[in-house]
Order: sequence, then structure tokens, then C-alpha cells
Amino acid sequence: MSGRVMVGIFQDEDDILSVTQEVRKEGYTILDIYAPYAVHGLDKAMGLQPSRLPWICFLLGLIGAAAKIWFEYWTSASDWAINVGGKPWNSLPAFVPITFEVMVLFAGVSTVIAFFMVSRLYPGRRASTVIPGVTNDRFALVLEETDAAFEPAEVRRLLERHGAVEVIERAEESLP
Amino acid sequence: MAEVEVVSPRPLILGDKSLAQITADICAAMLRRPSALWWFGFLGALSLLAVGTAAVTYQVATGIGTWGLNTTVGWAFDITNFVFWIGIGHAGTLISAILFLFRQRWRTSVNRSAEAMTLFAVMCAGIFPLIHMGRPWLAYWIFPYPNFRGPLWMNFRSPLAWDAFAVSTYFTISFMFWYLGLIPDLATIRDRARPGLRRRLFEFFSLGWDGSFRTWQRYETVYMLLAGLATPLVVSVHTIVSWDFATAVIPGWHATIFPPYFVAGAIFSGMAMVLTLMIVARTVMNLQDFITVRHVEVMCKLILLNGSIVALAYGTEFFIAQYSGNPYEQFVFLNRAFGPFAWAYWTMVSCNVLVPQLLWFRRIRTNIGLVFGLSLLINVGMWFERFVIIVTSLHRDFLPSNWASYRPTSIEVATLLGSFGLFFTCFLIFCRILPIIAMAEVKGVVAHERAERRKHA
Repeated sequence: MSGRVMVGIFQDEDDILSVTQEVRKEGYTILDIYAPYAVHGLDKAMGLQPSRLPWICFLLGLIGAAAKIWFEYWTSASDWAINVGGKPWNSLPAFVPITFEVMVLFAGVSTVIAFFMVSRLYPGRRASTVIPGVTNDRFALVLEETDAAFEPAEVRRLLERHGAVEVIERAEESLP
Repeated sequence: MAEVEVVSPRPLILGDKSLAQITADICAAMLRRPSALWWFGFLGALSLLAVGTAAVTYQVATGIGTWGLNTTVGWAFDITNFVFWIGIGHAGTLISAILFLFRQRWRTSVNRSAEAMTLFAVMCAGIFPLIHMGRPWLAYWIFPYPNFRGPLWMNFRSPLAWDAFAVSTYFTISFMFWYLGLIPDLATIRDRARPGLRRRLFEFFSLGWDGSFRTWQRYETVYMLLAGLATPLVVSVHTIVSWDFATAVIPGWHATIFPPYFVAGAIFSGMAMVLTLMIVARTVMNLQDFITVRHVEVMCKLILLNGSIVALAYGTEFFIAQYSGNPYEQFVFLNRAFGPFAWAYWTMVSCNVLVPQLLWFRRIRTNIGLVFGLSLLINVGMWFERFVIIVTSLHRDFLPSNWASYRPTSIEVATLLGSFGLFFTCFLIFCRILPIIAMAEVKGVVAHERAERRKHA
């Protein structure tokens, strides 16, 4: 990528919310926003689609439950059936608790693993924080300088109008 | 017309802190040299842990004949401690998951340490069934695995097997929930740390978190999903623990009231332990601005609610036993209240039913020292509840020729003390090496409150 980016740095939640709405209305491309905490409503302002992770949670939970109920039936009633106190081979109600636990286990573990995978978080990954302070008290809005229509001076003014404490231009390679 | 006066609620975090100040305050609590009080607590806990380790080593080497159990009372201290510790853990999940779903903002000051408390409590709980097996090195037999004995599978109809699955799932999910919440804060510390080993460790465990909002959005989704999973999970865990008893035919155990009764009791005792720990943490780590009197008060109200449910359960249980027309049930309950273990029963009633009534008064709820004392008494009461349920039901069952008594040996007492040692050692180390307050979440709450205030101003 040869493009350049413009980074607007803010220190207030309200500023980052309003500037995000504004630059989207103006049609600029937001590469990403970096924030010290999950700002309520910023995903809507950025126009992010809701995450599809709930599907992973649902499907893997279902698979876990189905696999476990089959396994309990297979071991208790088919593979090596043992008479425990005269209870039926296939004691379905008694299989419910473990099925539930395994469902929760599958759903939870797989959702977290899927989250790490899609967000590319793994031990040893070097964090390329866009500016120092985004994990402390700064918000950074990263805009792509797309084409000739992108007037750096004008955008800079827009960002500053919304309370940017600093605006930096840099080459895209130096970004995550 | 009278002017409308907007009464703004007391702030959750005192001192009107900026975002950077929040980071600085919470990190400073970790970086300061540990206080004398911390060393006092840590060394005390460590010596208890040493006593417990010696006791466990001895009883594993010798056998559980070192305990005071007999053929009539086959469960006593060990299972009491197991249920007690598991119950303690439940309040952590209540705060982190259930209060998250109910959007209770005050939880952010206490959820991190409450979740850590859950992990340590479940670790303590796990020890007891393990050593009760007598041959803990064969503990993997409780899980189904292909083996050379048939393969002979385990009995999935047994509540003890359910328990193994429930507790291990509970630990895994609680751990992931806790770790997930830690990641942004680990990154914050990483970015403040000086180069060196400490920084490299935080780099490793923060998984390269860079605060990207695309990641934040997914993070929020996953957090919500885990909270949604942990909520029914925590209810199921103590329900299954109660089934360990309720599916047996022993009078005093065989009751349908057990699951809700146990879940309420677990949260009751756990909240008391959270209060104990929070009051210690805020004093030892100087975090009075973050864990305020308001937090303590809210938790007292939760204790009062759960204590009332527990009191209702005691009453219902006693009444239904007398009303049942079953002489064994009637006897067991009268024996609880007036038999040889009456002292334990009345300790339980006074600590769990009478003591929490003081929390109706605001004066008392806002008196930190007094609340600390009350929380300790409730912990004692809830330990005795499990002891009463387990031992009084077993020691005099159907046939008088079976009757026996029970008294713990020094080994059992040492093991209990050791579990407290493990718990507090882990907690005090945690206070020193990890941020005990969820910085990223507190920042969100503070920013939200500031915005609300601006709206009203």
C-alpha cells in the first residue's frame, strides 16, 4: 500500500463520537479508531456491522450438546451398558446436566478462540499501537487519504473543529 | 410552580478523575512498595498454606483414616469445605456476569477482584473432593476416557459425575471471562512499563492488544456472550452441588427445595466474602476512591436480599419437614435444632438470619468496620450451614443402632486452615501483580457519568 493516512488524536469520548459521525457523513474512509475503552455507540457511528461471533457461540454450543448427548447414550446404552440400580439404559433426564455443562463449555471456549482468531490476538504478537496513549487516555481516528478529493488541510480543520489535540500525517506502512 | 431540583446521584468513583488519573491511580497501587499490612496478611496466609500443605501431604500418604469420619458419618469436613468454597465463588460470577447483564455500573470497581476470588475459591473447593478420593492420582477416573477395562465407561447418572463436569466447566469459563477482561488492562500496563522482563511478560499476555475499535466491538460481543453463558452456568453449578445431597434418600437431604436454597446461600456467602476482600483490598491498596462506601452499601443490600431468601428456606425446610408426616424427616430437623449439634445449628441461624437484619439500617451499612465484622460472621454462619446440613443429617439416620457422632481431627482442621491460606495467598499476590480494578471498564463508567452530569447541568 502506498497511501498516506491522517491520524486525529482526541481526548474526549464526545469528540470522538461527533467527529466519527461527521467524517462518515463527509464520505471519508475510516481505517480504524483506537480507544482506551469500549465507547458506547462508537460502533454505530463508525458503521460497523454487528459481529458474527454469536453464531459461532450458538453453533458450537449446539454441536457440543448434540455430541455429548450422543456420547452419553452410546456409552451408557450401547457400547458397554451397565445396570445401575435398575435405571433405564437410556436415562435421558439424568444425561441433561452434563449435556448442559458441555454445551456451555463448547460455546464459551470456541467463542473466545474465534474472537482471538478474527482479531488476530495471540501471545507474542507485537502490538503496533498507533500512538502512545491509546491504551491510557487518548482516542485516535485513522483516516485513509484516498484520492485527489482528499484535501489534507480541509480534513485537518474538520478534525480540529471537533477538538483534535493533534493531527498527524504519515505513510500507511507504519500502521498496524 | 416550584422549581424542579435535579438530584444527581453520588458518583461511583470519587475525586472526579480524568482517564489518565484512573490509569495512574490503579497502576500506582501495584507499583508502590507493599504496605506492612499487606506483608502481615501475606505471611499469615503463607504460614496457613504451609500448615495445610503439610496436613494434605500427611493424609495423602497415610490415607483418609486420618480424618474423623466413621461408617455413619461418611461426609463431614471435606464436603462442607467443598460446598463452602464453591459457594464463595458464585458471588464473583454474580457480579461479573449477572450484574453485567443487568447493566449495574457499580460492578466495574469490584468485578475484577471478585472474578479472581471465584477462581481461587474454586481452586480451594477442588482440593477437597480430590483428597477425599484417597488416591488423588487416580482422579482422572471421573472423566470418561477410552480405557483397557472394556472400555468401561463412567456412570453418567451420578450427581457426583455431574459435579465433576460442572465444576471443571465453571472454572474454565470463569478463567476465560477473567482473562478476557484483563487483556485491555494488561496492554495498558505494557505501554507504561519500562523495558525489561515485566514488560515482556505483559507484552506476551496482552496478546498484542492495540485498542482497535473493531476489536473492541467484537470484545464487547464476546463479553456479553460469556456473561450470558456464565449466568445459567453458575445457577447450574450450585444446583448440581445440591443434587449431590438431594438425590440421596437421607432425611434432611432428600428435598426439592435444595437447588434454589443452595444457590441463594452460595450467593449470600459469596457476597459476604467479596465484602471481606473488598474492604481489605481498599484499605491495604489505598483504593478508597474506587471502592467507595456506596459500593459497600449496594453489596450489603444484595446480602440482605439473599440472606432473606436463605432465612425463608430455613423456615420452609423446617415447616415442611414437620408437615410431611414422615417421622424420619421430623426427627432429623428436631435433632438439628435440639440434638447434640444444636450449637452448630444456632450458630448458623444467628449468623445467617439474625446478623444480616442489622443491614436494614443505613447507619450500619455505611460503617465499614462494622460491615467487615458482619461479613466475617456471615462467612462463619454459611460454613456452619453446610456442616449442619451434612453432619446432622448423617449422624442419626433411620436406625438408632447406626447412630454415631463426629468430631474433626486436627488434620481436618489444618486442611481447612490450609485452604484459607491458599485462598488469601493467591488473592494477595493477585493484588500485587495485576490491576485489581478493571481500568478500561471504570473509564467507560466515569466517562458515562461525566456525560450524564453535563446533560443535567
